[in-house]
Amino acid sequence: MSLERFLNQAVSSWMSEEGPESDIVLSSRIRLARNLDAYKFPTLFSHEEAKQVINELEGILETSSLRNFGHIELLKIDEMQPLQKRVLVEKHLISPQLAEDSPYGAVLLSENEEVSIMINEEDHIRIQCLFPGLQLKEALDAANEIDDWLERHLQYAFDEKYGYLTSCPTNVGTGLRASVMMHLPGLILTQQINRIIPAINQLGFVVRGIYGEGSEALGNIFQISNQITLGKSEEDMCRDLMGVVSQLISQERSAREALRKTSNIQLEDRVFRSLGVLTNSRIIETKEAAKCLSDVRLGIDMGYINYVSKNILNELMILTQPGFLQQYAGGPLRPHERDIRRAALIRERFIMESKNIGEE
Amino acid sequence: MICQECNQRPAALHFTKIINGEKTEVHLCEKCAQEKGDMFIFNGESGFSFNNLLAGLLNFDPAFQQPTESPFQQAEILQCHHCSMTFPQFLKVGRFGCSYCYETFKEQLKPVLRRLHGGNWTHNGKIPKRIGGGIYLRKQIDELKSSLKESIIHEEFEKAATIRDEIRQLEKKLAAGHEGGE
Repeated sequence: MSLERFLNQAVSSWMSEEGPESDIVLSSRIRLARNLDAYKFPTLFSHEEAKQVINELEGILETSSLRNFGHIELLKIDEMQPLQKRVLVEKHLISPQLAEDSPYGAVLLSENEEVSIMINEEDHIRIQCLFPGLQLKEALDAANEIDDWLERHLQYAFDEKYGYLTSCPTNVGTGLRASVMMHLPGLILTQQINRIIPAINQLGFVVRGIYGEGSEALGNIFQISNQITLGKSEEDMCRDLMGVVSQLISQERSAREALRKTSNIQLEDRVFRSLGVLTNSRIIETKEAAKCLSDVRLGIDMGYINYVSKNILNELMILTQPGFLQQYAGGPLRPHERDIRRAALIRERFIMESKNIGEE
Repeated sequence: MICQECNQRPAALHFTKIINGEKTEVHLCEKCAQEKGDMFIFNGESGFSFNNLLAGLLNFDPAFQQPTESPFQQAEILQCHHCSMTFPQFLKVGRFGCSYCYETFKEQLKPVLRRLHGGNWTHNGKIPKRIGGGIYLRKQIDELKSSLKESIIHEEFEKAATIRDEIRQLEKKLAAGHEGGE
């Protein structure tokens, strides 16, 4: 398969489209956790109950359609290949937990992959909307619309005092997790991030790496999300997160300006060295690739490089993950082979960029 | 002060870690801090799952320690009648078995929720439209009532009158809904 065709199939809308503030904010995500009153939570439920939960959702899909979101497809975890699951995890469409530890799990996916609804993960239902750039409000509206659609057909577990009841008490209430993925190389280079993260934590938000809990900040990409789900409305929670995010955006912008003023040539050098590595290396590990991609993206945002499209970071950060590389290669690869494939894919992707420029 | 890592350069960063109430002071030079920087941000998190923390939180609460102090008096173990999950089981896995567990363990739950959610323990957000119709109306009425009080305090009587009318309308709707629904 040609890389171009593979990309067309592999890239979800949040990876390829640009949203507001997309020089710093890569994506915005809303997740709502919901459970059905009639069944035990996934920690304890029987195989039979799990099947019934899936059947209920399948039933809704057959009889009622969700406008504005296009065709929705149901995929069952036990019917998927390990590689397919891994690719969905790398695209942030399902959680590692659903892929690995949820034998009765399933996922509903919208065509453009903006919407994914995980079934029988930690909770019976987890609605997730993923939008490019800073669009928390839009993502929340979309999630609410899907939630209302499901609620018309399902009996949710809801308590007047505690709100939406969830398997884990850390999600009870709104069941909302709002998170924003940000590229913050300026704050790293100026070493401000070590000061900022504890401050954000104190405000009740969590800062994590690109692949969630416990993951490293690969490519200077951070995920910021709310911790508290009870006591505040969904809108207030999103507004509070927006407040923190806009602070971070302005701090990151001023860090970049400061870098330009104090070490312009060093920064330019760093950017072009990384571009050199990406366009020439024959073997490259995930970590190095992520670092170089971050540098190149910074170079694009700051105007040092003007012939490469911006979404190359979002796209290649995902496509150079092990699952994707193996899917592109059409079979399993050993780590060493992956590093070779990764380098080849990146080189080819950059050649595509220069061709596009030539055509224009 | 000299950096405690390399014992050579002067310490430039000073911070205090508090773990379980135990204070440790850390003094590092910039170079060592940078080397340890990753560790301070991430390694701390990678070993720590929310689950562990949660179990710690629950066990830490004095209210839960009572049963272990007097195991003979507390012969009855709290158990959910719907899914048969016991409270010790919940402490271990950090997940409830079903929606009825919230009712079963409600006494133990309140302090936990407060601690997890920054002092909050009641829901203030979305209410499902279909099953929560009555709740939804009552919540709206509550909100209006508090703004009614406020406008009376501020002597905005015209505004208060409109709010009062709104409340009456909603109360009618609530009553009608109940008759129709039940």
